[in-house]
Amino acid sequence: MYDVAVIGAGVVGCAIARELSRYERSVVVLERASDVCEGTSKANSGIVHAGFDAIPKSMKARMNVSGNEKMEQLSKELDIPFRRNGSMVICMEESGRTKLEQLYEYGQENGVKGLRLLTGDQARELESGISKNVIAALYAPSGGIVCPFELTIALAENANVNGVDFFFDTEVTGIEKTEGGYLVQTSTENYTAKYVINAAGVYADKIHHMVSKTPMEIVARKGEYCLYDKQIGTMVDSTIFQLPTKNGKGVLVTPTIHGNLLLGPTATDIEDKEGIDTTADGFAAIMEKAALSLDTVPRGQIITSFAGLRAHSVKDDFIIGEATDAEGFFDVAGIESPGLTSAPAIGEYVAELLQRKDPAAQKHTFISKREGIPHMSELSEEEKQAWIQKDSSYAAVVCRCEMVTEGEILNAIHRPLGAKTIDGIKRRTRAGMGRCQAGFCTPKTMELLAREWNIKIEDVVKSGRNSHVLL
Amino acid sequence: MSQNMEHVSEQTELICIGCPMGCLMMAVKNNGELSVQGNTCPRGAEYAKKELTNPCRMVTSSVPVVNGETARVSVKTKGEIPKEKIMECMKKIHALLAEAPVEIGDIICADIAGTGVDLVATKAVAVLK
Amino acid sequence: MYSYDIVVIGGGPAGLAAALSAREEGAERVLILEREKELGGILNQCIHNGFGLHTFHEELTGPEYAARFIGRVREQKIECMLETTVIGLSKEKEITAMNREQGLFHIKAKAVVLAMGCRERPRGALSIPGYRPAGIFSAGTAQRFVNIEGKMPGKEVVILGSGDIGLIMARRMTLEGAKVKVVAELMPYSGGLKRNIVQCLNDYNIPLKLSHTVVGIDGKERVCGVTLAQVDDNKKPIPGTEEYISCDTLLLSVGLIPENELSLEAGVPMDRITQGPIVNEHLETGISGIFACGNVLHVHDLVDFVSEEAKNAGRYAAHYIKAVKKEQTEEIVIRGGRGVRYTVPQKFQIENGEETLLIRFRVDNVYKDKVLGIFADDREIRHIKKRMLAPGEMEEVRIKREELLALKGCKELVLALE
Repeated sequence: MYDVAVIGAGVVGCAIARELSRYERSVVVLERASDVCEGTSKANSGIVHAGFDAIPKSMKARMNVSGNEKMEQLSKELDIPFRRNGSMVICMEESGRTKLEQLYEYGQENGVKGLRLLTGDQARELESGISKNVIAALYAPSGGIVCPFELTIALAENANVNGVDFFFDTEVTGIEKTEGGYLVQTSTENYTAKYVINAAGVYADKIHHMVSKTPMEIVARKGEYCLYDKQIGTMVDSTIFQLPTKNGKGVLVTPTIHGNLLLGPTATDIEDKEGIDTTADGFAAIMEKAALSLDTVPRGQIITSFAGLRAHSVKDDFIIGEATDAEGFFDVAGIESPGLTSAPAIGEYVAELLQRKDPAAQKHTFISKREGIPHMSELSEEEKQAWIQKDSSYAAVVCRCEMVTEGEILNAIHRPLGAKTIDGIKRRTRAGMGRCQAGFCTPKTMELLAREWNIKIEDVVKSGRNSHVLL
Repeated sequence: MSQNMEHVSEQTELICIGCPMGCLMMAVKNNGELSVQGNTCPRGAEYAKKELTNPCRMVTSSVPVVNGETARVSVKTKGEIPKEKIMECMKKIHALLAEAPVEIGDIICADIAGTGVDLVATKAVAVLK
Repeated sequence: MYSYDIVVIGGGPAGLAAALSAREEGAERVLILEREKELGGILNQCIHNGFGLHTFHEELTGPEYAARFIGRVREQKIECMLETTVIGLSKEKEITAMNREQGLFHIKAKAVVLAMGCRERPRGALSIPGYRPAGIFSAGTAQRFVNIEGKMPGKEVVILGSGDIGLIMARRMTLEGAKVKVVAELMPYSGGLKRNIVQCLNDYNIPLKLSHTVVGIDGKERVCGVTLAQVDDNKKPIPGTEEYISCDTLLLSVGLIPENELSLEAGVPMDRITQGPIVNEHLETGISGIFACGNVLHVHDLVDFVSEEAKNAGRYAAHYIKAVKKEQTEEIVIRGGRGVRYTVPQKFQIENGEETLLIRFRVDNVYKDKVLGIFADDREIRHIKKRMLAPGEMEEVRIKREELLALKGCKELVLALE
């Protein structure tokens, strides 16, 4: 019997798991996919939002501002890249000024630091690439960018090092109330836990209704993106938002933490909670809307398009807390934007809720620091040499576009919760994320996965159990 | 097919595969006599005649190597084989195993699929050290 | 820091021929840097025949063609560093490379020959809508799996793009037991050689659908089907023409892009169309002493032409280090006019000591019975009848020294269809 079962290994589930691992509690994370970060967390903007657009006093506002503040310290502890590149909301019509000012007011009330209202010229002085039609802007220096994969993976690894068990390919199929807690039935084995935390993303309503009769509806809201080659540069340094609409923050233009230009997302509510296909309409919409923000939208040099599903609650706010009719069952649902930003704060908040409910002692052996995988492409020559001296496989380049070495791939395989799939390698090392999109490195990556996990090369999968590369 | 072959002229359009130029040719059969137009070199006419009587192709593939520095060795039929024998030839190839060392031109399978043509290695594979 | 006369980056067909000719022209210390375990580059996986008719006057397979050059490189005792990746190149011709034995190291070269080849355009570049499951491969990746590893990437296959690699893979997959359902081509004509349409598609009754593209990819974990649609003259899908084809694999053969990361890092000026360096008639880039040849310079149709071009690049690099330098005279720009997409080289000098100027180019569409004009500024200096021109095939013209001498004072040379 575990003390806590967390359902879902996205950024929220992993953040909660890590916070819980600070205490003397046994924790298990159950994930239906083959790896962490396989749902909403893998396909989003990677923005650390400042927190000016959440309605004051909402859960979103609280978690966003607090999560943003924590990100710097967290990125140092977990050895992941993070940069405060600043966020800018641009306004192109007189009628938008009121909305812009309202965002400023919200920001002040939410406690966002350093907010400034700018004229169009002031905005262009900061960002020369933005449209000539910008007449005013709101600038938030605390906005940032982070790699959503690395953040989620690092949280999970660190939780694992601190004793949290993770089970993958384990889909929760039913939950029953028992004497001392819950029986969680899955596609593999059954697990018992005193407390259950529902961090199941777009399926949080389904999980919720396994134990609770109170209403909850999570809508899958699709967002499509286009990612550009690093060669064209990032066009902008800060993240450029348009004024938000009822469907969210609108199409943004941002550099990624790794130096690509990212455009998106669209926002379309869909029925299929697995519907992460990109569409021709979505692509056209991104191009059309990005053209409003930028002076010129680059043509060509797109290296990939992708889509993700936001877990949108019809209540339009995060739902975090114990279900009223199911004691010991905690929902962490409706975590759409600014969910990535909020995750560290949500983790801490949920851990506190549990402390209030059933206090546990602090774990003396808790290790807060994690050492990431060295990214050879980002290191100085001296640093590269040092790694190569330790292990010559750091001199053997596998992915030529992103300059990822065999050493990095082996590191990704052999660390806690090591990569078992091609996508797992990709998200941990960036092998295959470059301009050839894994054309050259796939065979080599598969060979390493097969060798290190001692499986046949035919059994290597891209991400899910049935995503075989060779038939 | 017409019974009165000798009175019929048949035209067949062909693209020569003799070289990358890919000449578009017209083969005209008149009273049993074959004439070829549109070819740039004599090999075109030769190809057209063969293609209309006994079409042949070279087959290339690869075969696993035991004890080799690489896992497989590439192979080819040393000459062309009749088109209709290609699949039978592939079936034979799938059952083959070579042993290192292999030199270019080594016969991997003599008289493959009864074509009278040998299957030979197109790459050298050294013994795994 | 190592020091060499000429460092050739890449040990494929271009690098091999360049290194050999540099040596033959008297360069002493020549080094080939190759990232793979063996020399030969992509030829190692091109196990089909059809190579070498121009160079050796016989038809060879890719590995055989490579072996002829590799044999000569060995005979000449040209140094090669295998499994070595170049990670940096400066305009001072200092190379940073890594391998397991030497770690990270630097090489100072008197001249550098860029011979890194090209890579395939990925799906992302096309923005094909749909899911992103396993089972989508560039044709070259599939070729590697089948020919080098002996593994099958799929059983029921749709191929998008009728470039030569796509056509060759249609046959190859069929021979290995897969069912190739269709080859779709966006353009109204195939980008591949005609002989490959005959012997790779027609021989196996594989349909080729021109003016068609993939508008959807189905399958959440592994591909389970694609949707094809016909496209209009602007290459936009025509609503109502969609056709769903069930398959487990989609192969993409949608173009090649020269691999110029290192050239860009060194600051070599690039041609927007070829996506390779801008070079003069000596195949020298905008940086003195850095030469380029093969598919890194512009994508070739035949390896024979790669070898020929690389041989020239190696020779010019050898001349460069011996300081066999001609006087600097004014440079004349060469460019494509109507119907001509690009030319290589993009500039030349008249007083260069060469007997002929070889210009390679590609056209932008399929043309029949056209006249290619060569214009010096506005004056036509040559008029060449062409029976057939296609974008998939590289064309060339050679201009003799006498003709060149008459061009003194002219600003540009334009190749255009009339």
